[in-house]
Amino acid sequence: MDVFLQQLVNGISLGGIYALIALGYTMVYGIIELINFAHGDVYTLGTFFSLAILTLLGVTGVVTGPLLIVIVVVTMLGAMIACGLVGVVIERLAYRRLRNAPRLAPLITAIGMSFILENVMQYWRGPSPVPFPDLIPNPDVHLGIVTVATKQILVVVLAVVMMLVLQVFIYRTRLGKAMRATAQDRDAAQLMGIDINTTIALTFLIGSALAGAAGFVSGVYYGSTWFFNGFAAGLKAFTAAVLGGIGNLAGAMLGGFLIGLIEAMTTQLISDQWSNVVVFSVLVLVLIFRPSGLLGESLPAKV
Amino acid sequence: MRKAAASFVAAIVLPLVFRNDGFTNFLADAGAFVLLALGLNIVVGFAGLLDLGYAAFFAIGSYAFAMLASPQFGIHIPFWVLLFVASGIAALFGIILGAPTLRLRGDYLAIVTLGFGEIVPQTFLNLSDWTGGPNGIGSLDQPVFFGLKFGFNALPYYYLILALIAVAILIATNLRESRLGRAWMAIREDELAAAHMGINTTTTKLAAFAIGASFSGLAGCAYASKLQLVSPDQFGFNVSVAVLSMLVLGGMGNIPGVIVGSLVISSLDRLILPQLTNLLHAIHVQVDLTNSRFLIYGVILVLTMLFRPEGLIPSRQRKAELHADADVTSAEQTLYTGAPS
Repeated sequence: MDVFLQQLVNGISLGGIYALIALGYTMVYGIIELINFAHGDVYTLGTFFSLAILTLLGVTGVVTGPLLIVIVVVTMLGAMIACGLVGVVIERLAYRRLRNAPRLAPLITAIGMSFILENVMQYWRGPSPVPFPDLIPNPDVHLGIVTVATKQILVVVLAVVMMLVLQVFIYRTRLGKAMRATAQDRDAAQLMGIDINTTIALTFLIGSALAGAAGFVSGVYYGSTWFFNGFAAGLKAFTAAVLGGIGNLAGAMLGGFLIGLIEAMTTQLISDQWSNVVVFSVLVLVLIFRPSGLLGESLPAKV
Repeated sequence: MRKAAASFVAAIVLPLVFRNDGFTNFLADAGAFVLLALGLNIVVGFAGLLDLGYAAFFAIGSYAFAMLASPQFGIHIPFWVLLFVASGIAALFGIILGAPTLRLRGDYLAIVTLGFGEIVPQTFLNLSDWTGGPNGIGSLDQPVFFGLKFGFNALPYYYLILALIAVAILIATNLRESRLGRAWMAIREDELAAAHMGINTTTTKLAAFAIGASFSGLAGCAYASKLQLVSPDQFGFNVSVAVLSMLVLGGMGNIPGVIVGSLVISSLDRLILPQLTNLLHAIHVQVDLTNSRFLIYGVILVLTMLFRPEGLIPSRQRKAELHADADVTSAEQTLYTGAPS
């Protein structure tokens, strides 16, 4: 039983990372119906950017006190801004021209962008795993029989806060309203005076910035990364987005935590060799039996 | 037709002219990828279903051959029989994957096939009692042709693959002109309209999946027996994307285009990049370009889709469509006429 509870904790914190990535998938899909295949690689890029910033700051190990908060905020914001810009550039280069093309065309360029980013990262940091400084001190919190590491709390709190901020942004601000309008009907939104290009670029900026935040958190959480990390993580996060109902922010969150749990439980009950197989099987099953996801409403196909 | 015959004669003579083992070996491998590209072309090019996990069928075909023609289980079924068995098994898995998923919209289908493409090699990796795990299955049987063993030289394998390519081209060409082929293209252009014209879209798409997968079974047998080994790392996502780039570059749906695309990418990968790397090393530039093959696949995919979505050698029909009228609405544009008008 205590092992089960421990895996529950691990799964939820793992799910926090997937949830952050899934938010970006779901936002982009919601607005231009594109599976942004390069999103997982933007997430890995986030880890590498964080690493570069930490190196610049001269941080190599545990930091304590108020300095820790400053470093975490600076690094994460830096990674978020850098990843956000990368996302905007990708949209501009690879997707914008194809906005009115059949939907498989931008999907193919998205795969191409993913391969390009992976190769660039391989050039940058080499093909083998790169260690990430163990930033956060580890006084584990003991809650009865389970142990929760500080960084696990960080992951979950961060994911939930980000989602709340995003929710407020999308439902309470003018730009958020513009995004929702563009998602509903691009042409009509344009007729109402909304700048479509800016709105879509903004969506990519926010989604990729969230991936950057996830990248920073995952660096802290796992203590290492490598250029190919984003492929599997991206697929799992996409699974999370689909499971929750693509286009739905709360769904992406829920899906992320569920996928984290499924992965942790598979690792516990079967073996970690099978966790990818199980997660992808979940993806296939959800798409077949409930393509609208858990929280998504089923929409009639646009003809 | 005359061009095709001339190309084939050239293909037969080529290794005899150069008489270089490395080159023959390259030709045989490139041929296996031509076979894969022809198979994926049926699914992606003819029927318009984006399959991102095609390497899974290649894996299934290869492993089917390996398990039935190796000391692994002590089963030694003749190669020529296994050619049919392996492509049959691959086709069967095409149907098993296709049956529940083909209702899905295009991009969801793409992701499901991608998931399948990840699951299959991982499963082969994990089921180490049957598949040898990460080491794979080795010392596979060699084909025997009228008492002659193929041996370790690449030449007989090259001719075997060439023959398989000829068969595949014949099948693909005839299919394209058949009722089934026209149904595929109708679905590709407009699935809803095709269904209203009385086409059974489910069975038609299933046929594309099954036939496409069966080609990879043929390629799997030839490739595995030539290499004498199958292992899970030969069938990753990069293989699926490599074959897809061959299609995109050459011209989806057009058989000569697909063949040229796959030859261009194979030579880039196996001949040009290593040579360039050697050249750079000779002038003391320490760059290993062979690491950039994925960068190159990526760049090819992005640039072709953006600037020449019909590929290097589009079919006549595509070309006509592209240069017909400028005022095609976005709904009428297909994957192939994808650039905004």
